[in-house]
Amino acid sequence: MAVPMPSASLELQHDWDVPEQVGLWTDVWRRFRRNRLAVGGAVIVVILILDAALAGVLVQLGIIQDPIKQHVETSLAGPSAQHLLGTDYLGRDTLSRLMFGARISLSIGILVQGIYVLIGGTIGLIAGYAGGRVDNLLMRFTDIWYAFPDLLFVLVLVSVFSPSLLSIFVAIGIVNWVNLARLVRGQVLSIKEKEFVESARAVGSSQIKIVLRHLVPNALGPVLVTLTFGIPAAIFLEAALSYIGVGIQPPTPSWGVMIQDGYQAIYASPLQVAFPGIAIAITMLSFTFIGDGLRDALDPRMRR
Amino acid sequence: MANTAIGGRPAGGALPVRRLLAPSSRGAALALFVVRRVLWMVPVVFFVILITFVLMHLAPGSPWDTGGGRQLSATIVHNLNARYGLDKPAWQQFLIYLWNVVHFDYGLSYQYQGRTVSSLLLSGWPYTATIGVLAFCLIVPVGIGLGVVAALRQNSRVDYLAMGFSTFGASVPNFVVGMMLIIIFGVTLYNITGASYFLPVSGFGLDDHLILPVVTLALLPTAFIARLTRASTLDILRQDYVRTAWAKGLSERLVVLKHILKNSLIPVVTALGPTFAFLVTGSVIVENVFAIPGIGRSFVVAVLSRDYPMILATVVLFSVVVAVANLVVDVLYVFIDPRVRLS
Amino acid sequence: MPVPILRVEDLKTQFFTSRGVVQAVDGVSLHVNEGETVGVVGESGCGKTMTALSILRLVPEPGRIVSGHIWFRDRDVTKMDVEQIREFRGNDVAMIFQDPMTSLNPVTRVGIQIEEAMTAHERFSARDALGRVVPLLQRVRIPAADRRKEDYPHQFSGGMRQRAMIAMGLANEPSLLIADEPTTALDVTVQAQIVTLLKQLNRELGTAIMLITHNMALVASICTRVIVMYAGRIVEEGPVGQIFKNPQHPYTWSLLRSVPRVDETRRSRLVSITGLPPDLVRLPPGCKFHPRCAFRVDRCSEDEPSLEEVGDRQVARCWVLMRNVPQEAAKELEAVTISQEAAQELKAVSELEEAADGS
Repeated sequence: MAVPMPSASLELQHDWDVPEQVGLWTDVWRRFRRNRLAVGGAVIVVILILDAALAGVLVQLGIIQDPIKQHVETSLAGPSAQHLLGTDYLGRDTLSRLMFGARISLSIGILVQGIYVLIGGTIGLIAGYAGGRVDNLLMRFTDIWYAFPDLLFVLVLVSVFSPSLLSIFVAIGIVNWVNLARLVRGQVLSIKEKEFVESARAVGSSQIKIVLRHLVPNALGPVLVTLTFGIPAAIFLEAALSYIGVGIQPPTPSWGVMIQDGYQAIYASPLQVAFPGIAIAITMLSFTFIGDGLRDALDPRMRR
Repeated sequence: MANTAIGGRPAGGALPVRRLLAPSSRGAALALFVVRRVLWMVPVVFFVILITFVLMHLAPGSPWDTGGGRQLSATIVHNLNARYGLDKPAWQQFLIYLWNVVHFDYGLSYQYQGRTVSSLLLSGWPYTATIGVLAFCLIVPVGIGLGVVAALRQNSRVDYLAMGFSTFGASVPNFVVGMMLIIIFGVTLYNITGASYFLPVSGFGLDDHLILPVVTLALLPTAFIARLTRASTLDILRQDYVRTAWAKGLSERLVVLKHILKNSLIPVVTALGPTFAFLVTGSVIVENVFAIPGIGRSFVVAVLSRDYPMILATVVLFSVVVAVANLVVDVLYVFIDPRVRLS
Repeated sequence: MPVPILRVEDLKTQFFTSRGVVQAVDGVSLHVNEGETVGVVGESGCGKTMTALSILRLVPEPGRIVSGHIWFRDRDVTKMDVEQIREFRGNDVAMIFQDPMTSLNPVTRVGIQIEEAMTAHERFSARDALGRVVPLLQRVRIPAADRRKEDYPHQFSGGMRQRAMIAMGLANEPSLLIADEPTTALDVTVQAQIVTLLKQLNRELGTAIMLITHNMALVASICTRVIVMYAGRIVEEGPVGQIFKNPQHPYTWSLLRSVPRVDETRRSRLVSITGLPPDLVRLPPGCKFHPRCAFRVDRCSEDEPSLEEVGDRQVARCWVLMRNVPQEAAKELEAVTISQEAAQELKAVSELEEAADGS
């Protein structure tokens, strides 16, 4: 038997030597892509965004009807060649109203998340970082805030300040930031507990810089998921407000207003309720699927 | 097999209660905890009243502006203000209001001349409560049941169905659902079959008038509870102690009930508090859609007509209901999870 | 004549994942005799835990036992139905797991959990079961057992929890107790206590113990026989003393060299095994250890060796075998590694000096 020569080389020569490694965000993207519902939701959201952006242009180009123009002679009509989805009780074209309504829903839904980040993120950051009495105080404050049923509070706010896009925007933003605050606070606390913060302090670097530097990559995932789930909630609130009548005021088309209008004539033309209802449902579902997909894709336990 | 909810199997005939009051300091700590939580409700309600009150007074214009209509004469406005105590400085009004609240006096309604807010609330309360309670009785078994079954048969057709249903329920706004139901039961079925009676689509009655509103109200919370239960149960299924239970040779029934569910339902119980919040806000919408004369409906009317005492009182009432529900849930949680520290 | 109570015959357990089929247990045959203490060692992922789980038919999804037999006395575990396997578990063969922190139900009292282990089977009546809880806890040396049984797991320390698990495992006086890394999650001092306890219980009760671990020192203290596994197969097996003195498989040899031995003087350096454990979906051809083996020859990458007898009751799966490796080669490996290490040390020191000079 030949004398075996010891091999001191560490070269990896065969493909069964190395297990696969991929970066975090590539992995997240890959897993997201595999979730068909999430991808479907994303596609729909893209379509909606395009629609919101181009609606104005499309009206000017004459491709779709003016959403405010009334054709009283054809009110509550069913779908026809001229009005693809029919008309409402004032003879306005439903399809174009739906398309313009997307603007309101999307802009409120998405932009309100900015307020959540601003208010909730700041409070969570301060509470988590400062700790002690400040933290205690802030958390009590958020507990009290959380005790308000959100729809009621928004209704009160909007009734007090006359309804307009801005007041709705602010009202919804003020009410629901609590979840984000708690999330951010939790993230800050868990970072603070990690040893490298202690050792950084021992070396003398500023603790807050360390925390901030580690906060963003760690918290980004869960924050994104929370915000994504916050969008359908905000869309719902706006639609509910408009449905009740203290939201977007006519003639501006909002899906909630369209439902209220349609409700008045529900027996005569149920489609006028169904169309905006379906639009809201699909939009909310899409964002929910995206949120689900993101959350599953980010779940560290499911990583290889 | 005796259940082990609080005291475990009594040894030699002793009652579980004895264990609660046993030398362990947990009994005393528990009582203290409950008292503290109840007391915590006071500042919460106080702040709710305060914030709402402040908002009311920040409102531009006065409650007598009927908006684009007749202007009331100055003397009438003055008299009205005096009558409703609006001529006093704001902080005084607030203190007076607090005093009244403690005495269950919520003032007079602006829109319904001569009627007290309390009487309005009392008259609307039974409707709201009936629908709310019935919805809750639907939510708990259906939501938990769906979630558990979906988790135990993960990735099966049952799972997909249950989760599909709950995604739908969680994503479609309840007024949309309500109206779809109205369309189906009030319009479509009628058109198809010609029969004029399927399910009543509006109004209240202690009969099948209740079905559609209760289902509509229960839909969202049921979906939420189902998803939560499923997620929690799936999480527990992965735990080592479940494997230990199987390794001991326990029957499936025992493993599911005593080891899996006993753990996975804990977060679900916690979620029942926010469920009440859902019921409260949901009732506002559902009563509108189905024309039920409850508190939710009167709240909307009050908002639209700026009946501030009514708005204030309703907000306070609903917040108290939610706060009490959360309190009950928190206390229950301490009972069911022995790991919780009470300090 | 030793009587085998457990005989595993050519067991194959596989996991069907989206990445491919993971051959977790690939043709393992072993036996455990009455009252014996057997150690099963190997790195994480070598299949030792999966073998144990297969014996109790607790293989989690997406895995399952694909072929082979598991004989407990005269019954085939692989052929048992649901009720039979339920009776079998915790009764004929019991298993305790690695992490006592998470292996006990956190919302049920410890005494109840031990009791239900007994009432699940026919052996003891409900009344007797109740009465056995305290003596069991006492036997595993838990102080104030009658008060402690009312406690919840989070009120126990790590070591106590593991003792409670042992008590639970032994409640029905099983013929075999499988202990999967029972000390890994515990402090060193507590480890010693648990090990002593297991030894005592084996002597007092005559329960056979299959100890699964990656810690050779542990095996040395309890077991009479040791089985070494790698990549889902057995690569060596034999009496403990022999294996420790004369390991024949290079992997076993490396494992032993990587254990710090207090009794040896500081002549020999620790040797670490280069490379990573194999991916069980894409296994190398030939001997599964050859990519990391310092003594391989050409044949190792082509044909997989079978288990051959290499000594008195000792078998190994290797073409080369350590006894055929010239002493100089073995020492050379140590020397090479030593000199590599020394070179790196030197480099590090000189860099530091450079830095100091520079500033």
